[in-house]
Amino acid sequence: MEIFNHDSNIPFLGMRKYSIAIALFLMVASIGLIATKGLNYALDFTGGVSMVVDYDQSVEIADVRATLEKGGFEHALVQSLGGTREVSIRMQPKDDQKAVDANGKVNLDLIAADVLKALHVSRPDAKLKNRELVTAEVGAELRSDGTVAAVFVILGIMAYLWIRFERRFAIAAVATEVHDVLVTLGILALVQREFDMTVLASVLAVIGYSINDKVVVFDRIRELFRLARKAEPEEILNRSINNTLSRTIITSLFTAITMGALYFFGGPAVHGFAVTMLIGIVVGTLSSIFVASPILLWLGVSKKDLMPVTKENPELARRP
Amino acid sequence: MSDFPRWKYALVALVMLFGVIYALPNAFVPLPAVQVTANRDAPPIDQSLQQKVQAALTGKKIAVTDVVVDGDHLLATFINSDVQKSGADAIKAALGDGYTVAFKLQSNVPGWLRAIGARSMPLGLDLQGGVHFLMQVDQNDAIDKQENSYADDIRTLLRQKNIRYESVTRNTVREQGIAVILRSAEDRSTAADAIANEYTDLNVANGANTGDRYVLNVVIKPEKLRDLSRSAITQNLGTLRNRINALGVSEPLIQQQGDSRIVVELAGVQDPTEAKKLIGAVATLQYRPGIGQAGDAQAQEAARTGNIPPDANLYRMRGSNLPVLVSKQIIVTGNQLVDASSGIDQQSGTPKVDVTLNAAGAKKMGDFTNANVGKPMAVVYVEQVYETKVVDGKEVRVPKVTETVINDASIASPFSKQFQTTGLGSPKEASDLALLLKGGALAAPMDIVEEGVIGASLGQDNIDKGFKAVMLGLALVLLAAAIYYKLFGLVADIALFFNLVILLAVMSLIGVTLTMPGVAGIVLTLGMAIDANVLICERVREELRNGSTPHAAIRAGYEKAWSTILDANVTHLIAALALTTMGTGAIKGFGVTLMIGILTSLFTSVTLTHAFTALIHGHRKLKTLSV
Repeated sequence: MEIFNHDSNIPFLGMRKYSIAIALFLMVASIGLIATKGLNYALDFTGGVSMVVDYDQSVEIADVRATLEKGGFEHALVQSLGGTREVSIRMQPKDDQKAVDANGKVNLDLIAADVLKALHVSRPDAKLKNRELVTAEVGAELRSDGTVAAVFVILGIMAYLWIRFERRFAIAAVATEVHDVLVTLGILALVQREFDMTVLASVLAVIGYSINDKVVVFDRIRELFRLARKAEPEEILNRSINNTLSRTIITSLFTAITMGALYFFGGPAVHGFAVTMLIGIVVGTLSSIFVASPILLWLGVSKKDLMPVTKENPELARRP
Repeated sequence: MSDFPRWKYALVALVMLFGVIYALPNAFVPLPAVQVTANRDAPPIDQSLQQKVQAALTGKKIAVTDVVVDGDHLLATFINSDVQKSGADAIKAALGDGYTVAFKLQSNVPGWLRAIGARSMPLGLDLQGGVHFLMQVDQNDAIDKQENSYADDIRTLLRQKNIRYESVTRNTVREQGIAVILRSAEDRSTAADAIANEYTDLNVANGANTGDRYVLNVVIKPEKLRDLSRSAITQNLGTLRNRINALGVSEPLIQQQGDSRIVVELAGVQDPTEAKKLIGAVATLQYRPGIGQAGDAQAQEAARTGNIPPDANLYRMRGSNLPVLVSKQIIVTGNQLVDASSGIDQQSGTPKVDVTLNAAGAKKMGDFTNANVGKPMAVVYVEQVYETKVVDGKEVRVPKVTETVINDASIASPFSKQFQTTGLGSPKEASDLALLLKGGALAAPMDIVEEGVIGASLGQDNIDKGFKAVMLGLALVLLAAAIYYKLFGLVADIALFFNLVILLAVMSLIGVTLTMPGVAGIVLTLGMAIDANVLICERVREELRNGSTPHAAIRAGYEKAWSTILDANVTHLIAALALTTMGTGAIKGFGVTLMIGILTSLFTSVTLTHAFTALIHGHRKLKTLSV
């Protein structure tokens, strides 16, 4: 079975003006979105109190909100956790003055009891499944850890590609990588998807996924350059993208299938992860096809830059 | 025809076998159980207690699978967690206060698997429910203590060396050290030498002089400060471990997180109050003169009649529970104790504990022991637990103090700074005593900054959902690969399945705690592991289109795809590695899973599929390939 025509020769590089323009626009738009709308940071980052309440019978989110408001919790955030019987309630500890003592210490048990009491007024079948108190300080550390990790990944990948390929490949990969991360974050900011710890992990995993995609195309570019007698860069790049097109899309589909399964069956704990990964897969796949190679061409990759490497590591070529 | 060497077949078979065996324990669902441990002073666990528990359960008509005595604890296993809960209540009611009754998940893995080190993955709190705390350790307090103690020590030293000084004061700003003010330049230089010689952890420098005040600035060296912070955390960890063990929770997780935080996870616990009480406990030690021996006539008499001499307290010995009279005079407190370590006494061959006191403590101890050779000295352990009670509708924190004597010995000869307690019953008793002496108190106060209770049902929900997601993701990819790449797809499917098995095996063997992010990592690994096979299959197709014979196409396909696969996976590995460096548990678990997954997939998608492909096609003449 073959979905894609193996003889396809779509002039991807011919569209490079448009594709790069779109990529730049998306990046600028993403930065704008992150700056203005911001990411919808979850409890992991903002700190606060979170509760998961389970009802025996199905419940309307609006009713829960109304009940809480009546109980004096005007600022509580109520969300459905998939299904109609489970809701998540988030709030800042200061919303329940009694539960904060003079030293600013928060009594989680008291808050939980108060909230449950308020909920029981209208629905006695509400049960507390989970309660949590998180400090913002840990979140701040997490954010800086995440940034450090992302920078480490990008530099590490750059160094590896520099050694294994060539300078231009490293730069092109990293530039596309930055694009992928920014656009993924931009979409998260646009739809105001909750940004929690698993989403952060997912964003870092997107870097890993999308670099995978780019390296496969780059590998083919290197191979074709070495094989070709007369190497016209634009033609070589275009042929590489077309040759690997089938693989690029099939792998994306396969990964997307598993992430779909995770989204639909994995429960609320991994929703954010799966959605972010799905966004990342789409962005990463498109940038592998439309963005990475034009940058490479623009940086001026040529046959002679890649030739000496052939003799450098004959061992690798022999391995199965 | 086949270019696949024999030893590689053997390797593939071995790895597959390894994967199956070491992943197997995860298939055995652990049984909900109730664990009973005897508290300090209760009679030990034995057959009679077993019968009592059995009778209590039968009386309440609670179905119990098994009640066994296992070493120092008793274990009752039940069919499900509902029965487990009512069982625990019944046992608690029957045994009373002397025993700790705790929930436990009892491993159901057969003995032969355990014998070869195969075990199931521990489950994270999000998969089995429980409570967790994150505590911030106030290391500044440890530094304050140390600076104060150095100020004391310097005063004593200067007095001993007959160096006249005006004042020795600690600067108000922390880590700014101690200002020693002397009356002449000569005094200052002798003092500087004396201090630098005696205390190698201190930096001594001349300060600005004003009139006849000659200032000497003494600061603790930065590396010593770092040491202090580190050891404050380590000591708090140890103390917490001791206290939480008293809760009887099976396999509590008590770990350092970052520089100054401690995370505690108690699986299976649903009520955090008891744990919080223990975490907040304040314990101190007091060395006090003893009156007579533990359990002697005078002490027994006092215990019986309640007539206690006015200058004494009546306490009980920890362990033996014998009454003992102890003077109210306090010689040295735990704050003045610098170190305690257990060992074996060279002369008598019995276990001992070495104790080191600071200068102030040493002086007091020296004065006391000089005058009291041959007399007893007791170590009193004071533990203060705060309990919240409701008085007049308001919550009040009431301290509950428990005092026990942990050691009672005669003074053999005068001692001061360093001394040892010998003649202890066993090496374990010695190490317990050393731990209590050193770790009885928290080195630095702690605050609970985060806490959470994850319901048991939520955990089960997550397990079910996670399992479903993994299975469904796997099934869909298997199906898609088989349809798209036919026979080669089926081979890739075998590889993918074994990738999951080997991934689980490695995670179980290393002991990676499985959490929901970890499950997400497993699913992602499955999706991406197939990439290597897609690369190989696409290559083989290409080679066939270019007119290669089937066997040549297979060989070229694997050869050419290898370098691509390697590059792609190394870069991916760099990304996974960064995830594992993140401090937080959840992300770390995800990163570790991803990393192991990349490595196992490299083997299964390339070597394992190559073995199967060679096995299927190797010795046949082929006209076409099913790819």
